[in-house]
Amino acid sequence: MINDQIPMTNGSAVNLRHSSLGFGHSSLTAKAVTWWTILRIALAERLVYRGDFALGTLMRFLPIVTQIFLWFAVFQARGQQPVGGYKYQDFVAYYLLTMVARAFSSMPGLTGGIAKQIRSGEIKKFLIQPVDLIGFLLLSRVAHKLVYYVVAIVPFALVFFLCRDYFPGWPSLSTLAAGCMALVLAFLLGFFLEACMGLVGFWWLEVSALAFVYMLFSFFLSGHMFPLDMLPDPWHKLVQLTPLMYLAYFPAAVLLGKIQGAALVYGLVIEAAWVIFFVLLSRVMFRYGTRRYSAFGG
Amino acid sequence: MLSRASYLGVFLTFARNSLVRNMMFRANFLIESVTSVTWMMMNLGFYLLIFQYTSSLGENTGWHKWEFFAFLATTLLVNSLVQTFFMPNCEDISDLIRTGGLDFALLKPIDTQFLISLEKVDWSSLANFAAGLVLLSVSVFHLTTRAENPIHLSPLMVVLYAFYVLCGVAILYSLMIGLSATSIWLGQNSSLYDFWFYITNFSRYPMEIYSGTYGTPLRMVCTFVVPVLIVVNVPAQIIARPVDPQGHSVWPLAAFALVATAGSLAISRWIFTAALRSYRSASS
Repeated sequence: MINDQIPMTNGSAVNLRHSSLGFGHSSLTAKAVTWWTILRIALAERLVYRGDFALGTLMRFLPIVTQIFLWFAVFQARGQQPVGGYKYQDFVAYYLLTMVARAFSSMPGLTGGIAKQIRSGEIKKFLIQPVDLIGFLLLSRVAHKLVYYVVAIVPFALVFFLCRDYFPGWPSLSTLAAGCMALVLAFLLGFFLEACMGLVGFWWLEVSALAFVYMLFSFFLSGHMFPLDMLPDPWHKLVQLTPLMYLAYFPAAVLLGKIQGAALVYGLVIEAAWVIFFVLLSRVMFRYGTRRYSAFGG
Repeated sequence: MLSRASYLGVFLTFARNSLVRNMMFRANFLIESVTSVTWMMMNLGFYLLIFQYTSSLGENTGWHKWEFFAFLATTLLVNSLVQTFFMPNCEDISDLIRTGGLDFALLKPIDTQFLISLEKVDWSSLANFAAGLVLLSVSVFHLTTRAENPIHLSPLMVVLYAFYVLCGVAILYSLMIGLSATSIWLGQNSSLYDFWFYITNFSRYPMEIYSGTYGTPLRMVCTFVVPVLIVVNVPAQIIARPVDPQGHSVWPLAAFALVATAGSLAISRWIFTAALRSYRSASS
């Protein structure tokens, strides 16, 4: 996911214009045709890199190997006593499931891509065309992720099959459904959160420092490094106040069956609320940002 | 070929020029230093959390909290030295080859490997070196003043520690320059940085944690084939745990580390010169 860019070529821009010119029938079908075209273009663009994807995905499991050895040593020293309610097996399963969660919620290149378009003036393409910038990026991202899953399912399935003994068995249907919901919400949350950071570019022009600070905090507070249940109390409460835990910890813990009943419903509602918050925030930022936008570049 | 004194002079010029360049963007320099130290503090927080749940890493390995923090400080020292002196240069090698910029380096009357390995110095990475020194001092203070079984620190241990930290830097540098040189053959090697990150990932923990059916072969490979486990483990063991709880001393491994360092440097030099021979200028 490292060499990922916002798919945005002149070719796609031209195509869009054609499809949105076909306003003849009704504006609703025209809109559907527009969005379908965007999705198709983005899909084609993403499929170019399929080999790179598959190899990159397998490589991304390597850092987990050291984490697993570390926890094995910790559990050995503890005489296999659970840590924060997690057994050693749960830790392995948790790490693998956060990989799935991150595959949904991580948005490489989104923040920087939006900021770059603002800086270079490329964004005015969206200001004069009847295509919404955030909607366009969302669909490109959906396409990117769809292609990614189609290719990445092979290495993921292989690793999960090899590690099947670490899982407590298949989750129940309701857990699975809740987990899928948490994952889809994690995708939306990740997208709108990072889009908002990119839109800060209307005010700051250079957002790489902001993106780096975000990466720093999300690495630890999203639960990517360890299950957040391990944290002692003031920290545990604080972490739950941020939206970051829904990016990795929450979907993984749900799929592992650690969060159930009322807490699960409550968690999903809060996650959805965060998504709505960032959707609205991105709308407001885009509106005020375009007002002060001064169109640099040619 | 230049005399040894001129090499030093050239290097000092590189270092000065880089400092001037760094100081041109002072705010950026400050932000980079602060963020890298913040990153290190967060890592420290993670390990503090782990030691809330366990008294040592692994059963009877002797890696307790302060021993491990001395280990962590050693990791910081080695990595910050590599990041200061070699990383900014090795990152560019693949670009130099693709754009044909390597021609200019080849034409200069100085050893090419020296020139392209040390041209830039990233001074902001030294912030982590300072942080590593602080962490090391605190850890060693705790280890030498603890009530039971305190470590007696001799001047020789300190000298050997510094020496083996430099050996670690040399091993990592060899690995890095060897990998970068392969981009002469491969055209472009964009995943080099990832590969580097994944390989050195194994060096971040005491070698004892790699045990069991999969762990032992992994430890053997990472010690004797690609000696990344030597890098931090040998200096850290010298300063924090000279004798393990089973009574094995660090010295056999330290002797092997000398061989590994010399071998890594020689092999990487050989790869570099062999790769250079197949270099076909890319541009104009």
